[in-house]
Amino acid sequence: MKYTEEHEWLRPEGDVVVVGITEHATTQLGDIVFVELPDVGAEVAKDDEVVVIESVKAASDIMAPIDGEIIEVNTALAENPALANEDATGAGWFFKIKPSDPSQMDGLMDEAAYNAMIA
Amino acid sequence: MTDLFHTPLHQLHVALGAKMVPFAGYDMPVQYPMGVLQEHLHTRSKTGLFDVSHMGQVIVRGVDYQAAATALEGIIPVDILGLGVDRQRYGFFTNPEGGIRDDLMLANRGDHVFMVVNAGCKADDIAYMNASLSGVTVTEVTDRALLALQGPAAEAVLSTLDANAADMRFMDVATLSLAGAECWVSRSGYSGEDGYEISVPTAQAEVLAQALLAHADVEPIGLGARDSLRLEAGLCLYGHDINTDTTPVEGALSWAIQKVRRRGGDRAGGFPGADVILGELADGATRKRVGLLPEGRAPMREGVALFAQADDDDPVGAITSGGFGPTVGAPIAMGYLPVAHCANGTTVFGELRGKRLPLTVTSLPFIPANFKR
Repeated sequence: MKYTEEHEWLRPEGDVVVVGITEHATTQLGDIVFVELPDVGAEVAKDDEVVVIESVKAASDIMAPIDGEIIEVNTALAENPALANEDATGAGWFFKIKPSDPSQMDGLMDEAAYNAMIA
Repeated sequence: MTDLFHTPLHQLHVALGAKMVPFAGYDMPVQYPMGVLQEHLHTRSKTGLFDVSHMGQVIVRGVDYQAAATALEGIIPVDILGLGVDRQRYGFFTNPEGGIRDDLMLANRGDHVFMVVNAGCKADDIAYMNASLSGVTVTEVTDRALLALQGPAAEAVLSTLDANAADMRFMDVATLSLAGAECWVSRSGYSGEDGYEISVPTAQAEVLAQALLAHADVEPIGLGARDSLRLEAGLCLYGHDINTDTTPVEGALSWAIQKVRRRGGDRAGGFPGADVILGELADGATRKRVGLLPEGRAPMREGVALFAQADDDDPVGAITSGGFGPTVGAPIAMGYLPVAHCANGTTVFGELRGKRLPLTVTSLPFIPANFKR
C-alpha cells in the first residue's frame, strides 16, 4: 500500500490501482454524508479534482494521485457514504485507476513514512 | 488562542474528549467522540446536554416589571407587557431600517425581565440597551452558566432532580432546585425537541452537568449537532439566516409580532423600523426565508446562489444555512427567495461546483416539532 500527503491510499491489484482515503482522514473529516465519484472512462491527470466528499462539517476535494484512466468506481459508497468512515481501506474505496505511468507510484510514501507524517 | 474565553464547563468538555473550536470568542466543544451525526440522532431519540454558557444572560430592571417591559417595547416589537409571570417569549431588537440587530428570548420573572441573547451580539446588545433605555438598569449575569437539556427524555431526566420540572409547559419559566443549585429554568430550546434551558450558578455548573450526564439517556452534544438540529427545526441562526439587512417579515418571523404591536393594536409600533415592518406585515415583503430540499445527496451550504431557471445569468437569492439533515436523511437548506418563487413545490436551482442543481421550496420545519404545549 502507498500513501499521498493528501491522505489517500493506493493499493495495486494487477495492472490497476485501488484508491481511497485513510482512516486518519475519515476520522478528521467526521461523518461522511456525500461522495461524488468520477465518470468511468475518464482520463485524469495527477492533482485533478476527481472526487468530492462532504462530511457533516464541510466539503473536501480529493485529487487524482497519479495519471491514468478511471476504470471502476465504488457505487456502493455513493449510495452509502458512511462506508468511508466504517471501513476506510476496505469497503470504503473510491475508484480504480489504470496508471498511464506506473513509475509515479514509486514517488509515493510507504506506510511507515505516512504514519510518521500523521504522528 | 490564549485570549479565548472558557465557559465554567471547559475542563469537563476536555475531560469528555471534546474537539474544541473557537466560537464567538469562546473555546467551545464542536463535537465529542460520539461524532456530530450520532450526537444529533441521540438528541432526537433520547436526550442531549449542551453547554450554551457563551450566550448572554441579562437582567433588565425598572421600578417594577411593567416599567422594564414598557422600556423594552420601545426597542423590541413584541408584546412584553402582556407576557404572563414566569412565561417566556421569542423576540428581537430591530434597527431603523427594519432589520434585526439580534434575536433573543425574554421572560417575565415577576419584578424583572430575564433575557438570553446571542454570544456574538451580547456586548453590543448591552451597550445598545444602556444607551437607548431610560429608567431601567441592564445587568449582564456573569456568575451563571447556561445549559440546555434537549430531547424526548428531558422531562424524565430533569424530574429526577426536581419533580416540578414535569409540571412546566412549553415556554414556562421556573426556579428549580437541581443538584443543590438554585436554577432558573425555561421549558424551551433550539433543537425542535422538548427540553429545558437551565441557568445555574457557575460554582455548581459542573456538579449539575455531571448529575445530568450520569443518566443513561443523556450524552454531551457539541455545537456541530446543535447546528444540524436547529436547521432541521427551521430555526434561524443569527448572522446567517437573519441579520441587520433582513426584516422579521422577510425572515418568516411575523408570528413573533403579536397583534397588539401591529397596526390597529393598542401598542402598535413605537420601535425602530416600525414603518417598514408594520408596512410589510400589512402588505407583504418582496422576499422571504423558505425551506429548501436539494435533489440528490449533495449538501448545499451557506452562500450557494439560487437561480429561478437553470440557465439564468443572475441569481434571485441565496442559501443562508445548509447541510445534511441526519434525521431527514438528506441535504436540507434555508435561504431567501423573491415571493414569486416561495410557494411550496417551486423548483429553483443552486450553483454547486459549476453545476446548476435543482432544489424544491418546502415548508419549515423539516421535522415536526416535539414540544410539550
